Amino acid sequence: MSADPVISVRNLDLFYGEFQALKQVPMDVKDRHITALIGPSGCGKSTLLRTLNRMNDLIPSVRVSGTILLEGKDIYLPDTDVCLLRKRVGMVFQRPNPFPLSIYDNVAFGLRVAGMRDRSRIAEVVQRSLTSAALWDALKDKLHHSAVELPLDQQQRLCVARLLAVEPEVILMDEPCSALDPIATSRIEELMLDLKAKYTIVIVTHNMQQAARISDYSGYMLLGEMIEFGKTSGLFISPKDKRTQDYVSGRYG
Amino acid sequence: MRISPKITQALAVLLLGSATFFTVMVLVFVIVFVLGKGLPGVTWEFLSTNPRDMGRAGGILPTLVGTILLPLLAIAIALPLGVGTSVYLTEYTRETRMTRALRFGTDCLAGIPSIIFGLFGFIFFVVGLNMGWCLLSGGLTLAIMILPTIIRTSEEAIRAVPNSWREVSFSLGATRWETVLKVVLPNALPGIVTGVMLGIGRSIGETAAVIFTAGSALRMPISAFDSVRTMSVHFYILAREGISTEKAYATAAVLIISVLMVNLIAYGMMHRFIARRAR
Repeated sequence: MSADPVISVRNLDLFYGEFQALKQVPMDVKDRHITALIGPSGCGKSTLLRTLNRMNDLIPSVRVSGTILLEGKDIYLPDTDVCLLRKRVGMVFQRPNPFPLSIYDNVAFGLRVAGMRDRSRIAEVVQRSLTSAALWDALKDKLHHSAVELPLDQQQRLCVARLLAVEPEVILMDEPCSALDPIATSRIEELMLDLKAKYTIVIVTHNMQQAARISDYSGYMLLGEMIEFGKTSGLFISPKDKRTQDYVSGRYG
Repeated sequence: MRISPKITQALAVLLLGSATFFTVMVLVFVIVFVLGKGLPGVTWEFLSTNPRDMGRAGGILPTLVGTILLPLLAIAIALPLGVGTSVYLTEYTRETRMTRALRFGTDCLAGIPSIIFGLFGFIFFVVGLNMGWCLLSGGLTLAIMILPTIIRTSEEAIRAVPNSWREVSFSLGATRWETVLKVVLPNALPGIVTGVMLGIGRSIGETAAVIFTAGSALRMPISAFDSVRTMSVHFYILAREGISTEKAYATAAVLIISVLMVNLIAYGMMHRFIARRAR
């Protein structure tokens, strides 16, 4: 792929009613890299993440202006197929949220919604997705057990597998480890580093060490503004902005 | 002066316990009383033959058929309308003054005495649309009567489905309709079934609205435009007109057992469904 960013955000404003949650935000997301968004609670990082697959559309009274280009095409144009967009830009949520179905049916959900009926194809994709999410060996003998009885980190990886089944290009992760203990967190982080080979990842995290460990690019947000964005190594070692420096050194937040 | 907590505790246990005991005893007494008086008259012949001499002799076969057909018809009409309405109110509209007014309206409808629905059905279906006393008039009237119950229970059940599941479904590229079909309704089903059972229970027991709209013919109904008599109506007429107390109790016994069976089957179905999904 070229060096052009997969996602390019410019002058993004977002309002919840009268409240401006994002102010003139710019961001470039590079193909097959991990981009992390950090900042204190309420700074707009999750909001920014949710504009990328238009999940904010589901909230009444949200207004968005500015441009978000996905491979050069503005996703907020009126003729955008939002369902297709969400297949291309998938999402992993803060709390693991498997459906109360079997492991197999969870992973097959997106395929069935997309109208796939061929059982052997579905089985194939389920196996491939679980393998990519590093779950196949652990779960292959209990595919028809309930997903909600799995330990939390397996549930979260199952949610990743469910997403991989619809073959996204970009994966958005909204604090995917905040409900997990440190060991489970490290497993999800390993998984993200594996996935980087094939997918573009944008992650929102509260955990600065996590951003430093896994991401290639980072953005620090504060009160709806993108204070600083750049290579993670640069942002953490020699931040240009005083506010970023205060945050990454732990003096704020 | 304060009464010691030990004594208030003992008093509370005593009062609450006896309230429960009293409730259960009344229930048991009613059931035992009706079954005791009625069961001796319930024979295979009673269930499988037509009544003779206005119900003084013979069985209750046509009323049994009427009691099955009428609630089924009512549910068949009210279920799609009610579930459709509740899906629309919860999934497709935002909370506005309009939806609140609609909800208030359904709540009011649920509190209207059934005889008012009977009167409406009589004026509108039986006379106005010239349908006469028949299965269809009765089914439509009962459907209107149980709609609010079905709408409210379905709405509660749909609201209880966690939002995070809808979000996942959308995030996987599903449309709202696909989300409703594959995520919302399957998970709301136990609640919807509860509403249906309440509706069936109300329809089976309904008397006033049925006399006005389905009539009270004792013949076996052949088409939707035939008048039918349900067991409740049959029981009412037998007792009210002093035709046969013995047959009235036997009918009541069959009615009670039918309602119990409907509930048992519904619970069984629900548990099997929940177990299958949660496995």
